This record gives sequence, structure tokens and C-alpha cells, in this order.
Amino acid sequence: MSDFAFQFLLTLDATLRVATPLILCAMAGIFSERSGIIDISLEGKLLMGAFVAATIASLSGSVWLGAICAILSCVILALIHGFACITHRGNQVVSGLAINMLASGLTVTVGIALFRQGGQTPPLGNTERFRPVEWWFVDAFDAVPVLGPVYRELISNHNILVYVALIMVPVTALLLYKTRFGLRLRAVGEVPEAVDSAGVSVTWLRYRAVILTGLFCGLAGAYLSTAQGAGFVREMSAGKGYIALAAVIFGNWRPVPVLLACLLFGFLEAASARLQGVDIPLIGEAPTQLMLALPYIMTVLLLAGFVGRSSPPSAIGEPYQK
Amino acid sequence: MTPAPPLPRWADVFVLPLINLTVALLVCGLIVLALGENPIVAIQVMIKGAFVYPGSLGYTLYYTTNFIFTGLAVAVAAQAMMFNIGGEGQAYIGGLGAGLVALWLAPMAPVVLVIPLAVLAAALFGAVWGLVPGYLQAYRGSHIVITTIMFNFIASAIMVWLLAGTLMQPGQQSPHTAQFAAAGQMPKLHDMLNALSFNVAASPLNLSFLLALAALFGFWVLIWKTRIGYEIRAVGQNPKAAHYAGINVPMVIVFALAVSGACAGLMATNEILGVQHRVVLNFTSGYGFAGIAIALMGRNHPVGIFFASLLFGALYQGGAELDFEFQSITREIVLLIQGMIVLFSGALAYMFSAPLARLLARLTVRPKPAAGEA
Amino acid sequence: MQVDQSNAAPAIELIDIRKSFGPVRANRDVSLRVEAGSIHGIVGENGAGKSTLMNILYGHYLADSGEMHVAGQRVSLRSSADAIGLGIGMVHQHFMLVSNMTVLENVMLGSEGGPLLAAGRRDTLATLRRLADDYGMEVDADAVIADLPVGTRQRVEIIKAIKGGARILILDEPTGVLTPGEADQLFEVLKALKRDGVTVLLITHKLDEIMAITDAVSVMRHGEIVGHRRTAETSPAELARLMVGRDVLLSVDRGQAQPSDILLEVSGLACTSSRGRQVLSDISFDVRSGEIFGIAGVSGNGQTELLEVIAGMRSFEAGSVRLLGETITPDAPKTPAQIRDMRIAHIPEDRHQFGLILSFDASGNAILGYHQSDEYGSGYFLDEAAVTTHCNKLMSAHDVRPDNPALLAKKFSGGNQQKLVIARETDTNPKILIVGQPTRGVDVGAIEFIHKQLLALRDAGCAILLVSAELDEIIGLSDRIMVMNDGRQMGILDSADAGRDRLGTMMAGIADTGVAAS
Repeated sequence: MSDFAFQFLLTLDATLRVATPLILCAMAGIFSERSGIIDISLEGKLLMGAFVAATIASLSGSVWLGAICAILSCVILALIHGFACITHRGNQVVSGLAINMLASGLTVTVGIALFRQGGQTPPLGNTERFRPVEWWFVDAFDAVPVLGPVYRELISNHNILVYVALIMVPVTALLLYKTRFGLRLRAVGEVPEAVDSAGVSVTWLRYRAVILTGLFCGLAGAYLSTAQGAGFVREMSAGKGYIALAAVIFGNWRPVPVLLACLLFGFLEAASARLQGVDIPLIGEAPTQLMLALPYIMTVLLLAGFVGRSSPPSAIGEPYQK
Repeated sequence: MTPAPPLPRWADVFVLPLINLTVALLVCGLIVLALGENPIVAIQVMIKGAFVYPGSLGYTLYYTTNFIFTGLAVAVAAQAMMFNIGGEGQAYIGGLGAGLVALWLAPMAPVVLVIPLAVLAAALFGAVWGLVPGYLQAYRGSHIVITTIMFNFIASAIMVWLLAGTLMQPGQQSPHTAQFAAAGQMPKLHDMLNALSFNVAASPLNLSFLLALAALFGFWVLIWKTRIGYEIRAVGQNPKAAHYAGINVPMVIVFALAVSGACAGLMATNEILGVQHRVVLNFTSGYGFAGIAIALMGRNHPVGIFFASLLFGALYQGGAELDFEFQSITREIVLLIQGMIVLFSGALAYMFSAPLARLLARLTVRPKPAAGEA
Repeated sequence: MQVDQSNAAPAIELIDIRKSFGPVRANRDVSLRVEAGSIHGIVGENGAGKSTLMNILYGHYLADSGEMHVAGQRVSLRSSADAIGLGIGMVHQHFMLVSNMTVLENVMLGSEGGPLLAAGRRDTLATLRRLADDYGMEVDADAVIADLPVGTRQRVEIIKAIKGGARILILDEPTGVLTPGEADQLFEVLKALKRDGVTVLLITHKLDEIMAITDAVSVMRHGEIVGHRRTAETSPAELARLMVGRDVLLSVDRGQAQPSDILLEVSGLACTSSRGRQVLSDISFDVRSGEIFGIAGVSGNGQTELLEVIAGMRSFEAGSVRLLGETITPDAPKTPAQIRDMRIAHIPEDRHQFGLILSFDASGNAILGYHQSDEYGSGYFLDEAAVTTHCNKLMSAHDVRPDNPALLAKKFSGGNQQKLVIARETDTNPKILIVGQPTRGVDVGAIEFIHKQLLALRDAGCAILLVSAELDEIIGLSDRIMVMNDGRQMGILDSADAGRDRLGTMMAGIADTGVAAS
């Protein structure tokens, strides 16, 4: 296997790792946005999830308890968002911003109060993290050209949350297109009046959607601090929630295209990390900042209709009033 | 439950915001309590830190200046019913404009020329960064909220690229520009006052504060006294009626976003020209987002924006004092307060509206029938 | 007529229903008895409270007080689900369809038959087949709603309402968007449902529909029921009297028109909507100084678009509009501001959406569209005192009450809001006046005032283009009448030749060759 091919393989491997929180957050975003509720607070929930997961894992020594509590904390934030947007018909963008600010403030404040380490959690030990899962016969396959390294690097040796994220995509798609809940969810984001007049509660339906959003965000947060990283660092979500939101828009609110968008955005980040300071023939120094900004630029171009066509749920952003 | 009677105007303008603010602060107080500290003591420390210590008022007003600009940015757009959450990026790019003028012109021109031009450049660069999302909303139908979020990140990438590249101070490893020459530095108010033989403690408060006050007045004139202001409000309140009335709705939206971006860009005059004297990474540090809280609390009105900015300025300055006095709480608690304020004054703004209206209706005598019903 | 005379419990009985929205009392002490298996009409003007009453019956709104009985049982409906459970189905005025989903998905919504869609899909397909066989309601289950014509969409709505075996079907203004042919098909379906024992409640403001299909009729006015009649024992004139509370002036004394120069000339106008539907095709007519040119037609047949094109608010594809000698073509358009500057005024069809900014005060609304005029300021600035003075002048000249320029527009009654709009638009002494639905939702006293104003303007030499959904208003005011159907003109008649019947046939889409010369 050539060196370039191996480097490329490692980049793909990194792509998967970088894309995992994006995928989980983006699937979360699909549920909320498809129900008609703008969610720019993916970022805040991701941050809160990461903090709670690392904190609980550190205090209890159990990574699983950490993940469960991360999910719970994100569901609570999601319920606040729902309370403001669904029950009180508040502005969804404002509510989302509030949650992002609350997450920023709470994680740092509580972090400092608990650990006195400037907002970080102590480094997590092995039992307090999700460790890579080695698949069967990795060593045996090593000898096989191409497939061997691909099996070892790309398919095996990820932590369980990476696989969970990938499984969540078909789960989301099935939920959305093959179930009663999904049919109603898609309808409520388009014409909530139709759902109401069919005798289905718009409020309860939307609450279920935001709860699912919290659940997925919690997993994403747990991944950041207890799988990919080894502890919580201030502001460690670093805009990933917004990239996930961009991926939701870029994938037109449909699970599989959204997955592809997440992988593309993940690849750009992974590649730019690898190309930092590297001179590329003909181009010169790799434009890593451009690569990092590409997801945002592409989303702007898509929204403006310069490439493709964006078709958001038609009732998105509008509180429902009988 | 029967629908609540309409809320009287005075209650809507004064009482309701006050209730929302109080609830937000109460919740924060409970959190402080949960962290094992006394919230009353914390508030005392913050008030002392914001107003009492020598120079503290200057610091408070210096922070206030930032908030006035970013609050105005949100408010101008909000008058046209546009939600500009790109103040962060617009201020960042505004800093680039101010910095470029100061870097190139300050070594060879006097301060009276450099500073006005740098201020203009900050406004202009910010305006462009607001105008583009405005254009995309008005003419291409892109959702302004999403576009401005994206523009924040694009601005950030551009600034990292420039500050770690072309504009990086030669021979330095940290990503910022060289220091501006003296002519590129906004005069400090304490220097000016001391020159007039008032004895004032040193603080970062600079001329930008007066610029901010002027901007508040300018905002009031623009929105309520001019024809274009009428058009902005018409577009905001009813774009269909505005179109019917011959108002060029997309143009007005673009104009409002340009003014909005200019206001955000002016924030850089305080931070870059006034204090840092060089363009540094992430100097906007959340002021752009805080502007949303300011505009919400201030109800998009100049007087409200001023007092909301003052409150936030005091929180920022007083919050810094917490670090010295407490083990468990730091100035970061201000972020929490900010979040609570946005939640209760913004997203949940009308949660207490109906209960308050019922309470008032019960307290007051039966009101006369509403005018116009006859 | 086969009215069920048996002593069986009525399908629906309402006793003293009341419902208020803030200060607006939408329903006051409404009592209503609907015999099982009958078609019962509810008529009333727009805003009379019909839709509110039906939404209460469907559980969408909760009445403030009063009793409701369905098939003899006292019930309390807290949601639409309760109503559906009692066998009540509703076809809303605005369709409750998800346009990017298929017919099947829309029909299934709310009765999916289990957590997974697969099972319910089979059952729903069977239901669709059965309804197609029983009532001739064919629809393609896999068609996406957005691709279907309006009539078919309404069929889907009816299928949704009766799929679960509803015994009571409520239809809210079902024919407003239908062509006459589609309306006839709808009535056939309703008759077939009645044969099967379904009780139908038909809400409309069209008297001919009431006479054609109902067994009994209740008339609503200002939130109250003002009369119940057996259809066989009443007449359109009596119903109309009940609806408006006085004899309808079928002919306003309007004097002889003195038409002179052609001020407005439309030729070969064609226009497509943003969705690509042809909303105007080949429209040609002219309006002279000193005449009122009326446009009759069922709402939504292109009248709105025609007014918007002439006012400069909408772009068009072909033809031209000649205003006061200046020609506007698709390649040389004019903005609404440019057109208003030519002293062409426009009273829009919908004052809440277009004519007013409800959150502005009256004086802010008094200059809407004229805010760039030198009279109300200088340079970039507005002169508040001048604006208030102007508003005061308009209010006293046009009897707008209360005459308080600082009062928000939304606080005025409908009639006074409309008077403010008309005051603003006629104050400049326009050469051409474009008017849409001048008296919609306006109380009787104001109607007469408005009609007299329009006639006075005509006599002063203004060329008036009048669109109204009220046929009587068109006949009463116009000197010449053009009828529109599906974006086309069906002919132009002199008002002397235009009887209700003749116009009605034309509105139904049958062209009249007896075109009057202009």
C-alpha cells in the first residue's frame, strides 16, 4: 500500500471520528426541525452533554452513567426549549440562543466550582471513557492487501458511539418514513393545522420531537468528552453544533443526504488538520482555513439558491396557535 | 381559561421587563446558592466592583460601549423584523477595517485624520458583512438567521487566515497585527479629562463611548424621524402593506442590515482603536451575541438599550471582581446571567404577561370599553 | 326535499353557545337544531361568526358557555379528536393538506392504524377504493397534493372527513375556490352522502347554493342566529334581508355616467403566479374618465392579480397596461410608487394585509404610500405635525371614528379602518382609482357612505375600476361590467343589460357574445 493511500485511509478514519458528533447532532436537528422548531441550540446541548458526561464519568468512574446523565441533561435543555417555543410560543431563535448561552455559562461555572481547574474536568481514566472496540480477526486480516488495513483502520477499532451514530441514520430514516410518529412529525412541520384537525396534539408531538433531539445531542456530547477526548475542556463543542445545523440544511432535512453532508464536512476538517502547514504541489500552502470555512460557505450558497434548492419544512419557526 | 385582558402599555413597557429581569436574576441567585455561595454577597461584590472602586466606573462604561453598539446592531435589524445574529462577525470584520486604516495611515497622518477614517472603515466593513446576508435574504430568500450564523464562522476563518498570515506582526509567533502608531489610537477619556485638570482614575474608557451615545441618538432619529425609518418600520410591521405603499422592500431590508452591520462594526473602534491598539484574535468575545440580550431587554428602543448596556457593563466589570472574592464563582457567571436574561426577557417574554394582566384587571376598577368599538 | 320528519333526536343541537376572542364576541347565545340526515345550511356575511361556530362544533375551539348535544347525547368537545370520535368530520375553508405528501399519507394522518404505517396503508387504500365506488370520488392515492387541482384537493379533504364513517359532515365555504363544474360535482357527492343518512352542515355566504341543495337554513348576523327557515318556505330575498338586517339596495341611485376620455387601457394582459399557474390570460378592456367599470366573478378568478398588475405590485408576462397615456409593458414596468405618483390611487382588497399597518397609529397609516411626499416633511425627515394635521383632516372629512390620530389602526372597527384607507386614497383627487372589495366586512351604515363616495368621485371625472365579490354591489355601482372566470374575461356588458342571471352564467365560465361596445 502506497504511503499516499495509507495517509488517505487515515484521513478517512479521522473523518469518521470527526463526523460522529456531527451525525448525532444532525439527526437530532432533523427531529426538531422537521417538527417545525428551529434548533440553533444543538451547539449548547452538545456542550452541556459533553460537560455532564465527563463530570459524571469522573465523579462516578462509570462512563455509561456519564452518558446517561449527558442524555438527561440535554433532554432537560430540550424541554426548556420546548417550554419556551411550544408552550409559550416564544421566538425559537432567541430561545436557542438562550440555551447556548446557558450551556456556556453553566458548564464553566459549575466546572470551576466542582474541580477548580479553570473549567476543565480532570483527565479521564480508561474506565471512564469509551474505548475503541477491536473487531474479530483484525490481526488475521492484516496480511490481506488493501482490505486488511481498511478493515483495521476504517471499520474496526472505533468506540461504540461511532457505530451507534452510524446506526442512528437508518433508525432516523425508518422512524421518519415508516412509522406513525414519523408521518405525523413530517406533517406537523409542514401544516400543523392538518395534524390538529386530524385529532392529533401538535404540542405533544413537538415535545416528543425535541425530547428526541435532546437524546441524540446527549450522545454526541458524551462522545466528545468521553470517547474522542479524555475529559471536558471549556467550549469544547467549538461550533460543531452549528456545523451539524449546516449539515441538516445542506442535506435538505433528509437523513441520508444529511449523513453525507456530515461526512463531507468531517472530511474537510480531518483533511485540513492533516494538511496544516503542508505544501501542496501547484497550490502552495494548503488553504486549511478555507477548508474549515467551506461547510459554512457551501451552506450559504445552497440557501441562496446558487447551488441546488433548499426546501425547509414550511411551518418551521412559526409557533402554532389554534 | 378565558383569554387575559390586554395589558396596559405602561405595564407592558416597564413592569413586564422588570418582572422578567427579576426572575432571571433570581434563578441565577439560586444557582449561586446551589454552588455554596451567598448570592447577596456576590451582588454586593459586583456592585462595588462595577461602581465603587477607583476607575471601576470607567471600566463599566467601557464595557457598556461595546454593548450599546452590538445592541443597536440587533435593534436596527429588528425594526425591519430581521434577526441579525451576525453581530459577532460584523464586529470582527469591522475591526479588520479599523485595523487596516490604523496600520497603514497612522505612521504618516495626524490623529484627527486617522481616527475618523478608521471609524468610518470599521462601520463600512461591518456594513458590508451585514449587507451581504441582508441581500441574500431580500433577493434570494435565504434565512437571515442561518446566513448570519454562517457569516460569523466565515469571518472567523478569514481573520485567522489574515492574522496568522499576511497581517501577522513580523518576527512574532502569536496571531495578531503590529501595534498601531500613536495616531491610530482612540484618545482615552481619562487622559482628556486630566488634561482639563479633572482628576480621573485611569480606565480603558475612550472616545468611542461618546460615539456610542451619538449612535443611540442617531438610531432614534433614523427610525422615528426620517422617511427611511418609516419605511424600515413599515417593512418590519407589514411587508405586504409596505410593498403596496410603493416601498422597495428588498432595498429597505438590505439598507437596514447594512446599518445594523455598521453599528456592530463600530464596536471595534472601542475594542481595537481604543484599547488593544492592534487587531487580535477573537476580540469580539461574545459581545455580538450579548447584543441580542441587550436589544431584547431594551425593547429595541435607544433608552432601553442604554440602560440594558449599562447593566451588562456593570455585570462584566463587577463579575471580574468575583474572581478575587470567591472560590466557587467567577466572572463566567455573567454568561449564565446573560443566558437567563435572554431566556426570560426573550423567549419567555410573555410568560408572565397573561397572569400580570389578570392581576392588574383585578386590582383596577372595571376599565371603560376600548376605544373604537362603538 | 326530504326533510326527516321523524321524532328521532336531532343530529346536532346547540343551546346558547357563546364564544369571545378578547373583546370580540364571535358567537352570542347561538342555538341551533339540525335534523339527522338533512343538509342544513348556515348563511351569513363574512365575519358573522359562522366559522367560529363550526370550529366549536368540531372541538377546535372551546365555547365559553352553552350546551352541545350530538345525537341526543350531551357532549363536551375538548379537541378535534373528541369530535372525530363522535363521528363529526370537517372540511375546512383553508385545506388542511400537507402539500408535499401524497394523497394516501394525507388521508392516513391521524388514523394510521398502528405504530407502523405498513398495515394502515392497506386499509386506507381499501377505504379509498370503497369511497370511489360509492360516491365516485376517484383520486390517485400516490399523487402528491401539490400536483393536484383545487377540486381534487377538496375531494381529498372530504375523503379525510368521512373515511372513518363520519355521520356528520361540516363544510366551511366549500365552493369559494371551486369552478361551477367542480361545485356541481361536490353537490352530487353531498346528495349521495345524504341518501346514506349522513347529516351535512353547509356554511356559505352564497344564497343560490342554499336554495339549490339544503333542506333547512339558519342565518347568522353579528355572531347571532337571526332566523331558521325551511328552505322550501323561504326565498333568497328573505334570506338576504336576514343576513344584512335590511332590504338589500339592489340598485343604488347612481345617476347617469358621463364617460369621456379613456384613462386606463389594458390589452392582451397575461400573468402567471409564482407557482407557474396561469392566473390571467388575454385580458383587454378600458376605463373612461367618469365611469365605474366593475369586474364580477367568484373570488380567486384572477381579479386580485389584475388589480395588483395595474397597481404595479405584480409583474406580468405579456400585453400592456396604458395609464393616462403612459404604457407599461413587461419590459418597461413601473413600481407601485411610480404609479401612485401619477395620481392613480389603489384601495386594496384586503385592508389588514395590504391597506393598513395595524400596529401603526392612524396618522402613520394616513401617509402610507404618500410618506415621500413634500407635504409631510422635507428632505430625509418626516414632519410629525404635518402628518397629524393631515390625519385629522382625513378623519373629519370621512367621518372616521374615533377621530384620534394617535390610536393604533388595529383598535378601529372594520368600517372605520376602511374609511381611513378610502380617505387616504381619495384625498389626492386621483385620476384613476383602483378599488377591491370596498365594503368587505364593513357595517351597513359605512357601506352606504362608501358607495356614495365612489359615485361622487366618478361624477368628478375619476376613472374607477371596481372589483367586488358581491354581485349586487357590482350591479348597483357599475356603468359597465366585465365578468372573469379562471383568469379570462367572459365578456363586457352595459349595466343596463346585466341581470343577475346573465352575469351568473358568465361567472360560471360561459362566454357571452353580446359584448357591449365601450
